[in-house]
Amino acid sequence: MTTITVNGKQHEVAAAPDTPLLYVLRNELELNGPKFGCGLAQCGACTVHIDGKPARSCSVPVSAVKGKVTTVEGLGTPEKPHPLQAAFVAEQAAQCGYCINGMIMTASALLAQNPKPSEQQIRAALDGNLCRCGTHMRILRSVRRAAGGAA
Amino acid sequence: MNLGRREFLKGTGALVISFSIPELAFAQGQPDPKLQQLDAWLAVGADGQVTMFCGKVELGTGVQTALAQIVAEELDVAFGRVFMLMGDTALCPNQGPTVGSQTIYRAGPQLRQAAAEARQTLVQLAAPALGAGAEQLTVKDGMVSAPDGKNVSYAELVGGKKISRAFSGTAQPKSPDRHAVVGKAIPRVDLPGKVFGTHAYVQNLRMPGMLHGRVVRPPMPEARLERVDEASVKSLPGNVRVVVKGNFVGVAADREEQAIRAARMLKVQWTQSVELPKMEDMPAFTRATPSQDRVLAANGGVDAALAAASKTHKAQYYVPHQMHASIGPSCAIASVSAESATLWSPTQSSFNLRDAVALVLGMPREKVRLVWVEGSGCYGHNGADDVTADAALMSQALGKPVRVQWMRHDEHGNEPKGVAMVMEVRGGLDAQGNVAAWDYQVWSPGHAGRPAANGPGNVLAGAALGLPDNLLPTGADRNARPTYVFPNSRVTLHLLQSSVLRVSSLRGLGSPQNTFANESFIDELAHAAAADPIEFRIRHLKDERAIAVLEAVAKLAQWSPRPAPRGGRNAGSVTSMGRGVAFVHYDNYSGYAAIALQVQVDRASGKVSVERVAAAHDCGLIVNPDGLKNQIEGNIVQTLSRALLEDVKFDTAKVTSLDWVRYPILRFSDVPDEIAITLINRPDKPSVGAGEPAASPIMAAVANAIFDATGVRLRSVPFTSERVKAALA
Repeated sequence: MTTITVNGKQHEVAAAPDTPLLYVLRNELELNGPKFGCGLAQCGACTVHIDGKPARSCSVPVSAVKGKVTTVEGLGTPEKPHPLQAAFVAEQAAQCGYCINGMIMTASALLAQNPKPSEQQIRAALDGNLCRCGTHMRILRSVRRAAGGAA
Repeated sequence: MNLGRREFLKGTGALVISFSIPELAFAQGQPDPKLQQLDAWLAVGADGQVTMFCGKVELGTGVQTALAQIVAEELDVAFGRVFMLMGDTALCPNQGPTVGSQTIYRAGPQLRQAAAEARQTLVQLAAPALGAGAEQLTVKDGMVSAPDGKNVSYAELVGGKKISRAFSGTAQPKSPDRHAVVGKAIPRVDLPGKVFGTHAYVQNLRMPGMLHGRVVRPPMPEARLERVDEASVKSLPGNVRVVVKGNFVGVAADREEQAIRAARMLKVQWTQSVELPKMEDMPAFTRATPSQDRVLAANGGVDAALAAASKTHKAQYYVPHQMHASIGPSCAIASVSAESATLWSPTQSSFNLRDAVALVLGMPREKVRLVWVEGSGCYGHNGADDVTADAALMSQALGKPVRVQWMRHDEHGNEPKGVAMVMEVRGGLDAQGNVAAWDYQVWSPGHAGRPAANGPGNVLAGAALGLPDNLLPTGADRNARPTYVFPNSRVTLHLLQSSVLRVSSLRGLGSPQNTFANESFIDELAHAAAADPIEFRIRHLKDERAIAVLEAVAKLAQWSPRPAPRGGRNAGSVTSMGRGVAFVHYDNYSGYAAIALQVQVDRASGKVSVERVAAAHDCGLIVNPDGLKNQIEGNIVQTLSRALLEDVKFDTAKVTSLDWVRYPILRFSDVPDEIAITLINRPDKPSVGAGEPAASPIMAAVANAIFDATGVRLRSVPFTSERVKAALA
């Protein structure tokens, strides 16, 4: 049995040690936030935080997870939204929304480390996250808004 | 499992309006014989909630919200009371597939009329209760009031009873000047769940006892299965099951990661005789492919006019195969028993796919229910339908619910690709520099390979069983005909009888490709005539709405007229700025979009950066201006990606663009600094769709801007750094 801490709760998981964290989150813990996009750490849809740092859960074996895992569900709720979640709703920054988990998790890690990022820093941080609907302009506005700048 | 509409509504007090779609379409003056005779339903519950049963589905474009706005408007209830139940074949009317920017255009009037009819019925019920004439009553958020202040709610009127009314067609929808909900930027109903991670996509559904399946596919769909070595996965954990039927091979296991490993380890041998052409030969190969030729439009005498022209010009354009490239690989769940089948699918075509899967399963379609569940954005016909049939076939073989999610290489490799097309235009100018002749030809196979009862082989599992496929000619001619009015013109379609790769509908079908050619060539002629590209376009237009979007985009972009490219003046500089314009009247009947954009071309590397985009858009009456802008922005960014980067790679045997490294799409570092949009609202015109128009002019606008910047004309998409660098050398 592997033990992991997700959104403040400890879980014993039955998965084999080499199972990517993503499948444990989705299938054992029944979390909907992290998405399977590529399984290759190329698109960012599966992004979670491990000890506050963004990690591609599709490519991290569950046995290698030593830190505390936070998913988008643990970031905020409709009652107590993370500023980025509030900003994404305010800017209506989604179309299909499949990539949005990764956008919020990557951007929230950026803002935690750099609360007032420049435009270039925001774009650089999100460069490894793919969006196919073309919602980029709204996502950028949301991050700027959450950082307290002009949207 | 097969809960019918009647059972669904039983026990809940409801006013039910039922009507046949053809009847309704006729009332709207838009008879559509393709829509079959099936009841559509709207139910007002005893709790005042409204359920609209809708055959169209949400693909991430916001129609769930926009259609609910239309219903709330006509019914005079608060927006939040309306619930859209979408795409379930057991509960919803067949309003046709959710395609071609037709949802607001086609389903919008149907739902508007249904809601108006429901309101009229409720007011008629209220009149005796309130002791007043129906014409004296007013309604606000489901409360019907008489002039003397007495009132009664919709919920009270329904009073837990079931009241059925047949459609009368006598209700008059509101005139647009009375709209209070339509036209407002109401926030999307699905968005909070997507932002807080609670929204259940089809990828998130979990069924009790469900197995996880994966497919094992050959390099090309035509390959024949020779041998499956089941022993190669026997020792793997997870009770691995192998499903082989015809040329179909799949594996299932107890856990998802076990199924993924089994699919990777399973040894399968295929034989394949097809040999694909070299990619660099594609334009010539396409032109040489056997075709059925048809003149789509002709006026005057093109050949004589070309011979008499003061100046003539000819150019060939090429757009390669491109892909939908959904971020979430396709996924579906099926539960199939001997008696019935239920499919949970993100399809665009609930009813047609149900029919096709019924044939794949060998079951009557009445026994098959398809429950639509939202998936990743699709932008056309991606792997959603295929994976639904995959799951169905595996569930039938294993006798348990099976969830199949494609891997990234399955989606990139197997999704039906957008069509590769060649266009050639010859043009002639008269002595005054006006277009005297326009001779347009396009070479393309059909773009519509969606599964249906007459094409069960259009899903890969159906093809693997040898069922017939059916590629419809639709889409090759989309926007081949120019909106410009020329004294002599001819448009010829060479409808190819085969395609190099498996193809089907990608956003806009043939419109982005045809518009690339039409709008590049009009630019080339403007240059030949030493005319400003916008003035030259307007000079050849009669359609006032077309002229209006071009004038609006010129204003928004602060366009300064230029009869010649600034390319020469840019010579010697490190980066060159240029601006380009392009326009479309989508599908020659739908929305109007004009794009003006600014690029910087790095002369050393060839990299093209699109800095600023201005768009002017007219799709008739606007239902939700913010949702509309979201769609326009998406069209622009996605098609910039197609214009600058996208080209499905293949070798002689297979597609090799199997991940995001080998099929790059536009990233944050390369999206524009600004996209500015002017919306032209036309309350007196029907709402047409906005899912595609703004995509069509993008490729040409970029090519025209590169020409302005450098004096070099690019006629093959994509405009990669390598290609631009080579052109500048």
